[in-house]
Order: sequence, then C-alpha cells, then structure tokens
Amino acid sequence: MSSPAPLAHPSVQTDARPRENQQTIPVPRGRSGLSPHLQRLEDEAIHILREVVAEFRKPVMLYSVGKDSSVMLHLARKAFYPAPPPFPLMHIATGWDFRALLDHRDRTARKYDMELLVHGNEAATREGVTPFETETGEYSRLMLTEPLKDALDKHGFDAAFGGGRRDEEKSRAKERIFSHRSTGHVWDPRNQRPELWRLFNTRLAPGDTMRVFPLSNWTELDVWTYIQTEAIPIVPLYLAAERWVVERDGALIAVDDERMRFRDGEMTVKRRVRFRTLGCWPLTGAIASKADDVAGVIAELLDARSSERQGRLVDGALQASMERKKREGYF
Amino acid sequence: MPDALAPPANDALPLQSRSELRFLTCGSVDDGKSTLIGRLIADASGLLDDQVASLKDDSRRFGTTDDEFDFALLLDGLEAEREQGITIDVAYRFFATPRRAFVVADTPGHRQYTRNMATGASNAELAVLLVDARKGLVEQTRRHAAIVSLLGIRHVVLAVNKIDLVDFSEARFREIAAAFASFAAPLAFHSVVAIPVSARLGDNVAARSARMPWYVGPALLAHLETVETGLDAEEAPLRFPVQWVNRPDGDFRGFTGTVASGRLAVGDRIVVAASGKPSSVARIVSFDGDLPVAVAGRSVTLTLADEIDVIRGDVLTDPRRRPTVTRRFSADLVWMDETAALPGKRFLLKIGTSTVPVTLGRIADTLDVESLRRAPAGELALNAIGRVELETAQLVTFDPYAENRQTGAFILIDRATLRTAAAGMVVESLDAASDVHRHAETVTPALRAEIKAQLPLVVWLTGLPGSGKSTIANIVERKLVALGRQTMLLDGDNLRQGLNADLGFDEASRSENVRRVGEVAKLMADAGLIAIVALVSPFQADRTRAAALLPEGRFLEIFVDTPLDVCRQRDPKGLYAKAESGKVVNLTGRDQPYEPPEDPTLVLQTAELSPEEAADRIVELVLERIGAVRS
Repeated sequence: MSSPAPLAHPSVQTDARPRENQQTIPVPRGRSGLSPHLQRLEDEAIHILREVVAEFRKPVMLYSVGKDSSVMLHLARKAFYPAPPPFPLMHIATGWDFRALLDHRDRTARKYDMELLVHGNEAATREGVTPFETETGEYSRLMLTEPLKDALDKHGFDAAFGGGRRDEEKSRAKERIFSHRSTGHVWDPRNQRPELWRLFNTRLAPGDTMRVFPLSNWTELDVWTYIQTEAIPIVPLYLAAERWVVERDGALIAVDDERMRFRDGEMTVKRRVRFRTLGCWPLTGAIASKADDVAGVIAELLDARSSERQGRLVDGALQASMERKKREGYF
Repeated sequence: MPDALAPPANDALPLQSRSELRFLTCGSVDDGKSTLIGRLIADASGLLDDQVASLKDDSRRFGTTDDEFDFALLLDGLEAEREQGITIDVAYRFFATPRRAFVVADTPGHRQYTRNMATGASNAELAVLLVDARKGLVEQTRRHAAIVSLLGIRHVVLAVNKIDLVDFSEARFREIAAAFASFAAPLAFHSVVAIPVSARLGDNVAARSARMPWYVGPALLAHLETVETGLDAEEAPLRFPVQWVNRPDGDFRGFTGTVASGRLAVGDRIVVAASGKPSSVARIVSFDGDLPVAVAGRSVTLTLADEIDVIRGDVLTDPRRRPTVTRRFSADLVWMDETAALPGKRFLLKIGTSTVPVTLGRIADTLDVESLRRAPAGELALNAIGRVELETAQLVTFDPYAENRQTGAFILIDRATLRTAAAGMVVESLDAASDVHRHAETVTPALRAEIKAQLPLVVWLTGLPGSGKSTIANIVERKLVALGRQTMLLDGDNLRQGLNADLGFDEASRSENVRRVGEVAKLMADAGLIAIVALVSPFQADRTRAAALLPEGRFLEIFVDTPLDVCRQRDPKGLYAKAESGKVVNLTGRDQPYEPPEDPTLVLQTAELSPEEAADRIVELVLERIGAVRS
C-alpha cells in the first residue's frame, strides 16, 4: 500500500478548477440532421423510454452524468416533448466524483427543471472505505451497488433506466433491453425473457423490478456522433486539456482534489489528456489526447487503438465477471 | 488474399448518410459462424490494439486453428455459458463501415435453436445462413431457412463457407447454391444470394478473393452494405399504435408512438381502428420543431384535429385500408415456455401497444420445420411451432403477419409466472365478416344507461339441468321489474328455439351456444338493461369469456348449486328420464362434465333455499351492486 499521502499540490486546485467549471462545451448548434442509422437508434430509444412510462408505476433515470447518460437524458427530453420527462434523475455519488462532473450534474438538472435525487453510502465512507485502501471490487459494491439498491427500494421505483450499451464489453452483448430483477435486485441469468420485435414483456411480480437500457444497440462511436450532431452538453473532462496527473500502473490518474494518496516516488505532471469514461477519479485513467472538441474525439476514436473500458480500473484490475456484479445488482 | 489485420478503410467519414442493417447469422455448430462474424468485425472496422493483443494471446492459448488469430475468440463464449445453464438466446455484435452500421444477432447452436432463432429473427431484416462447403445442405440448414421465412425475413445470404477446403471448387459451390434455391423456392424470399467464402482466410468476406476468379458476385460485406431491405414498411398502409398519451396541461393532447408502417402527413385523414372514430392529423410535434411527415420507424408525437377518445392500445390507421379488428383469429406460435401449451389456457396477449387477456383455443397443427409439413397436434411443447386459434377478451387490431411484421406480431405472457410463453404471428381473423369495420356510435352505452337511470348488469345463472335456474331467473326478473328496473331475461332453452336453433349438443356447439348468449347479454347491457341469463353453461372457460365482454364488476356469476340426485328427482323437463332411456344423449351432469364456477359471485344452495328465497338473494346482490338502496 502507499505511504501516507502528502497533501496535494496547491497548483492542482487553482489550475484545473476554473477551466472545468466553464459551462458546457461550446458546440455550434447546427442541425445537420441525423444519419439514417442514428435516426433509427434515436427512434428505438424513444420508443423504449415511452414504453416504460406507459407500463410502469414509478420509473427513475439513473443519471451518472457521463456521455451515455447525457445522450439518454437528451432522448428523454425528446420523447416526452413538450412535457418534461415524467420521472426524476438519480445519481449515485461515491464522494469521489470529479468536481466538474458534479457541477455539470447540478447545472443540468436545474436547466431542465428536473428533480435530482443523490444517494451515496455515507456509512461506508465513515467506516473508512476509500478507493485507495479498499479492494476495487468491494469498493464498487459498497459505494455503487449497495446505495443504488437502497435508493431504489427507498423510493419504490419499479423501473430504472441505465445508459449501458451492449458493445461496452463482450459479456454485455447478450444483455436484454428490459433486464428483469427479482426481489433484492438480483439478476437471475436463467430467468431472463426473450425480446421479440418491439414487444417488451414488462410484467412484474410483487418485489420485482426492471432495469431498462435504451442505448443497448448504440456503440461508442454512435454516442459521440450523436452528441456532435445534436450538440448535447457534456462534462468538459471528455475533452483534452492540460491536467495534473500521476502515472500509476500504466494509467494516468488525474488528481482532482487534495485527498489524493501518492505512492512513493509518484509525481504529478501536467499532461494534455481526456477521459473516455468517468468513474471515481482515483480509479479512472485518462488518455493522452489532443482532441479538445467533439469532432476531435470522433477522429481519435476512428483511429483508436484501445477499447473504451480499458481506462477503467474498476473493470480492468478486478477481473470480475460482469455476471457476478450484475447478480449483486450492479447495472 | 486479404491481410489478416488490415487497418480499416478509413474513408473521410460520410457518417451523415450511414444506414443500418440488422441481420441474423445461423449455422450448425462447426460451420464457422463465430469465425465469420469475428472476421467481419475485424476486417470491416479494424481491431483495436488491446483487442489484438488479447486475441493474439487467446489464440495461442485457446485457439482451435493453427492461425495466429482465431477470430471466433473475439466473440463471447456462448458455449461455455450455456454449459452453466445460463439462458442466452441471442448475443448482439456491432460493427460498421462508412456506408452502413450493422447489428448482428448471433444465436447459439443446436439446443433451443427454434426459440433463439425466432428471437433473433424477429428484429432482423436479413439472414446469413452458413453451410460447410464439404457437407452441403444439412437438416439444420433447412430448419433455419424455414424459421427465417416464418419470421418474415425476406432477404437471405447463403454463405458457402470453408470453400478453401474444397479447393475453391466452382462446381461444388454451384451444386450447393442450386440445391438451396430449389428447397427455398416455396419460402417466399425476395432475394437469395449465394457467396463462396472462407471465413478463416478471409476470402470473399470483406474483399473479393483472387482465388475464385469464377465468382463474379460481390463479397459478403459489399452485399451487406448495399442490399435494400426496408422499403416494404413504408409502402404498407398507415398503422400508428398509440403508445402513450402526452397531456402536460389542459391544452395539449399528443399521441405518442412509433409509426409501425406507412407514412403520416399533416392533414391526412385517419380513423381509430377499433372505434371507427375519424379525425385528421393536425400536427406532428417534435423537440426539433414540427414535422410535415413521418414514415415507418419514426417515433413521433401527433395531435388530431378533433377531440375524440384515443387511448394507449388504439391504432390510428388509413381509413381506406383498414386493419382487422376482431377477438378471434388464427396464428402461428413459436412456443418458448417449459410448460407445454394446452387448449383452454388463458394468457395475456401483447400486440402493438395493447395488452389483453386471451384464451388459447384449438391447436390446429404443428409445423415440422424439416419437411415443412403440418401435422395435427393436441399441444405445443417447448420449441414447437404450431397453428392455433385465439380468442381475446377485448377487440384487438392487427394485420396478418405476412403483410405487416409490426402489426401482425404478438407475444403471449403466462399470467402466473409472467414469463414470455410464445412468439405469435397472426394468420387471419376467424370472423366470417372480417371486412366489416366498426362504425363509431354516437349514442354510447353509458348514455343509454344514463337515460334508464340504472347501471346495466349481466346476472348469469349457471348450474346443472333441472337445478332451478329458469324458475329463479323468472322470479328475479319479476321482482326487479316491480322495483322499477329495466330487465331482459335470456333463457337458454328458449334461445335454442330461435337464435341457436342451428346448434347441437356436442362440445363445440355448447361452446358456441354460450358464446352467442354471452354476446347477446352484452348487447342487452349496452342497451342499458339488466340482463338475466339462465343457461347450463357447463365450462368455466366459456363463462369467463362471457364475463370478459363486460367491464369489471358488471358480470355476476351465480352458481345454482343443486346436487345431481336432486336435479334428477325434480327433472322438470323430463330430460333425465329421457337420458336414462337413451332418447337424449350428451346430457350435462350425466354424460358430460359440469365445471362448477371457480370464483362465483354468489352460490345458491337450492336444497336449503326456496326459489323465492334464492331470488331474493340475487335481487339483494343486484341492488347492492348498482348502488340502489332497497326501499
């Protein structure tokens, strides 16, 4: 384990903060129109969103504030226009979220006048669970899975939208769009329903819930081209900027606040980086990049040499099968 | 020969015009299906560095070929998961070229193949059937082709794989292609394209192979990039199943949904299929501004020019080319549940955006997917395909599946387990008058009831012959009339002399007898009356069907519970005596079973009650139900 962490360099704060806090990425709102492919994905997602609202008692949208969530929220605004989406947003906050992400979250909820529920596991935090000391799999169970299940139970939500995509990794390829969870949010792989045509079986026994993934058939490239075409605001961390990072286990970890625990010999260096996914900042690797706008991200993606989840230590280090995590109630 | 890991042809991003194709791959276990999909993904979109590294590593450790890269390993281990007993029906893969994005539905091998293939095929526009060039067409090829055709896929690619193992032989390829063409002739495919490929080596997958100069057609990827499959849906008549009514305030009432077929334009006249109510499209509202037109596949919100009743489940349609609206129809089912289907069982049927109770009627036959022959059957087991008759509790709107894949498809949901029990494809309406379309009523049942100042009801007396139904029913009607209620008595025996004079006493006729009386009782209730029915109606399913015609709480099922020996002793019509002497056959209670109500509203034990007392009980119940206070 690392030695007691020295306090973070003051320069990290002053340098990074103002930049990340500028509102949203300035993409010109030129409606050039969606390709037939993206149009089909959009129509499909809107159909799914409406089906849930029509058939469930109390849905909620899990809003992680990432790019997929941003697309999902945008689709929801389209699906129910001119009304606002008829469900609240819910964010599971670990306390180790990027500050820029929290700013974007609050600003977005305010701007769209949507109810925002934030849940975390304060008890675990008090007991000293941190991304530095706690084993990654256990950390993710305690800080993400458990508060998610608690929050769903507490509010009595019977359906929860998530931004998961089938292309994210091999084991998600067979995930249903409507993923049925038994009592206790257990994902029983033996008891999933076949999905035929657009006819989703939404019936639930008492105590059961449904997780619903409107972006199931989207790829990472689809998400980015859609963000570009629709000019969807995203957290600036997705775009390349000079950021203070530490090189650790082959990944670049951004130092987002003073709680960083440095290991012996680790130095913060300023690098031009961006993030492909946004988890807890101590567990999310940045990549070196020059892409400071969405078009640049797309260009780099088309030329990409590594797949998306590679930067996420939660997945990589753990080697846990998605099945196990899902059975526990992870998305 | 194509380079194994050539970088993608990175054309200058014409992503604006990129279209999409969803296709299904089917083949037997060793045909090289996974290798073909892996190869397509690798060659079309280029592999990412970490994937290449892990593939190289995996190939060394687990590869089944001597090659540096075993493309099958790119896909998740469906086989391994199946060994763990995990339900995997379909795995979805994604890749794209600058021209087109592809969603591949990959269904695992042999066991459960029918269910899995049906699931994958339901959302696919094209199927790639793999055959091993050494083996040619096998039983499974025929099965797969039959299921693909049944599920309405009209475009097929026959990928003759492992062509390298038959020395790239043109003769062998032609032989297989010809055999398939002759087998597939009756299967109604619009296009069948045979392509010789080697998935392992890449020949004719992403690029034309130099080793088969005799083949002049396109490589597989080029064909998938250019084949046109989506035209039918836009040319079909307008069908717009209303998904959700958007009412943010008193002023706006938007009907949301996905255009199932045809096109919608502002000003178009439409009609609500089930009610016959007409209107026209006022606006097509969208987040990005109003649209002039919306075609099949678009999820939109529209407003109508008139204030008419439209709810989720209604289908807005072209008034000149209307769908079928009925409660009885035949359909092909792909049975997906461990519990076999038996006639009489009740399910929920979800069709379009409508979910209604349904009773499974006769199972006419099952389809043998190898011979394409149909054979009589009494039940449908897991993975069987069969033709059945269905009867819904409320009207449903559909088109035959052969004409419309969106409005002709449905699922059956088991009411107890809530599992999806079957995939269904409508064949046709069982109403003789299926082209009769409902005319919207200006005077509604509610209005008629209001004028009569009463809540209409159906009071249904069931029981053995001679149990006292008619006697009690007569007294009930007399008492209700005396209380100023408007009634109508429907007595089974009397109706058999007129309306049902053509019916006998076999099981089917009895069922039809009850169906007709149920419909008449419903009409009486629609007229605002309290209908009193006295009818043996021996089967629960028939009574349940009659009850389902009425709103909740308006059907009172009264069990006139008289022991068989008492009925026989009374024998007011001499039926038991005739039966004993053989002059009457099929007498319920004696020769045919009687199913007592499972959950009756009221049970009258006539051994302990006089007819007068029994009638009082019913009258009391009626008054209580209609909210009247007995004076």
